[in-house]
Amino acid sequence: MASAAKRLEAVSGTAAPQISFDAVTLQLGGKTIIENLSLGVRPGEFLCIVGASGCGKTTALRLAAGLYQPTGGKVNFDGQPMREPRREIAIVFQDYGKALLPWRTAAGNVSLALEAGGTPSAERPARIEELLRTVGLPGHAGKYPSEMSGGMQQRLQIARCLAQEPKTLLMDEPFGALDAMTRQGLQDEVLSLVAASGATVIFVTHDLDEAIYLGDRVIGLLPHPGRIGIELKVNLPRPRDQLSTREHPEFLRLRRQLFDFIKATEQ
Amino acid sequence: MTTNPAKALILPLSLLAAFEIWARATHLQSDSLASPSEIVMALAGAFADLSILAATRDTLFSAFAGLAIGTVIGLALGIAFGISTTLDRLMEVTVEAIRPIPSIALLPIALIALGFGYRMEIVIVAFACIWPVLILSRAAVRSIEPRLMEVARALRLPPAQRVWKIVIPAALPRIFVAFRLSAGIALIVAVTVEIAINPLGLGAGIMLAQQALRPDLMLAYLVWIGVIGYALNVLLIVAQNRLFGRAALSGDGQ
Repeated sequence: MASAAKRLEAVSGTAAPQISFDAVTLQLGGKTIIENLSLGVRPGEFLCIVGASGCGKTTALRLAAGLYQPTGGKVNFDGQPMREPRREIAIVFQDYGKALLPWRTAAGNVSLALEAGGTPSAERPARIEELLRTVGLPGHAGKYPSEMSGGMQQRLQIARCLAQEPKTLLMDEPFGALDAMTRQGLQDEVLSLVAASGATVIFVTHDLDEAIYLGDRVIGLLPHPGRIGIELKVNLPRPRDQLSTREHPEFLRLRRQLFDFIKATEQ
Repeated sequence: MTTNPAKALILPLSLLAAFEIWARATHLQSDSLASPSEIVMALAGAFADLSILAATRDTLFSAFAGLAIGTVIGLALGIAFGISTTLDRLMEVTVEAIRPIPSIALLPIALIALGFGYRMEIVIVAFACIWPVLILSRAAVRSIEPRLMEVARALRLPPAQRVWKIVIPAALPRIFVAFRLSAGIALIVAVTVEIAINPLGLGAGIMLAQQALRPDLMLAYLVWIGVIGYALNVLLIVAQNRLFGRAALSGDGQ
């Protein structure tokens, strides 16, 4: 499979970066939120960013999305500077309740991304049905977000992002507000969706176990101002499994290392 | 709100009855007052010769045409000012200088420019309707969930689609409230213009009745204008609850 080859390339580090931060600094209202941040995300890589709250991890994601412009340094996508959001980059927000259009049904919310992309209206219904099936929401097309549970709403937001056919998926603490069972189910679904599409992922979370479980690489940010404090390569076999992966000695070793890092930053 | 409607009618009906009795007991002769029964008879007469229906048609035509024009202009400006803070700041002084002008003060100019008739009345009504729609729709656009605007940016929705698919639907419940306010203003201004100068509609009807020394007919017109205003408001409130029942609540409450 092409995506498997791409993933191998990504993990082994031979491919050119899809997204790169080159000495990026961001100042907002006189405060330095992010300082001198450099990192590269290779095509097909699953990068997780963790850190204490206020360390700028969400801001880093917004820079990658093109929603913020850096005040210093450069953010590049496929070698070109990011000046505004791009269609190949989709972002999943944490607060799904605010990111969905309450006056549109599930189908209508997915349709918005297709309309923005200029998909002819005749082709939309089939695409919407397929996308809703992909995220496990078949038969909910006519429901409004207010009639859906939190987990279902987040699935819907993911479906809308997939409708963009993104090369890169940015996820901002997407499962932070969900209960543990729903969260584990969605983690595995995101992994299989990403494996199938070969998309690059930057995943921001405050859940260290989640970061190790999902990622090829985990970056821990230091706060005030945000900068890289630790970088861990996750050499755990894929596909990952909620039980055996989390019991793997390597998982436990990384977990200890990451917890020590976070504890040190909080002092 | 839980009061029995029959109970709510007791006081006004007994006041009317008392007035009727007093008018008959004193053999009321007046240029400004008439007994309720005379007013009802005058109203029935005005319906019978269709004069009040023609006047209603004229007034409502002017009021609705002015309301429509004013709403469209106010909405376009309100959305533009709500989206662009730069534009809003550039136009602030102009808007705040024009807005306090009482719409009826435009009457002499409108009369010279447009003469008697519908056009002059419609322009004055439209002027009055622009401001509530502008101010409220600007506030509504400003208070749209910022996350939705980010979603629009991330999806790269073109500006026109952003307005049509995100801004207007998100602000619509509040925009409708502005429309309801303006509808009341439109009726008031239309009748005022007719009373002041324009020889058509319900306002002119009142003036004619006054000059003919017919207080019963004058008051019949007043009662009828009240009925129209009340019906219009009830209609718009029902429409508002039908259209945005849930949305209006969630938009304000949460």
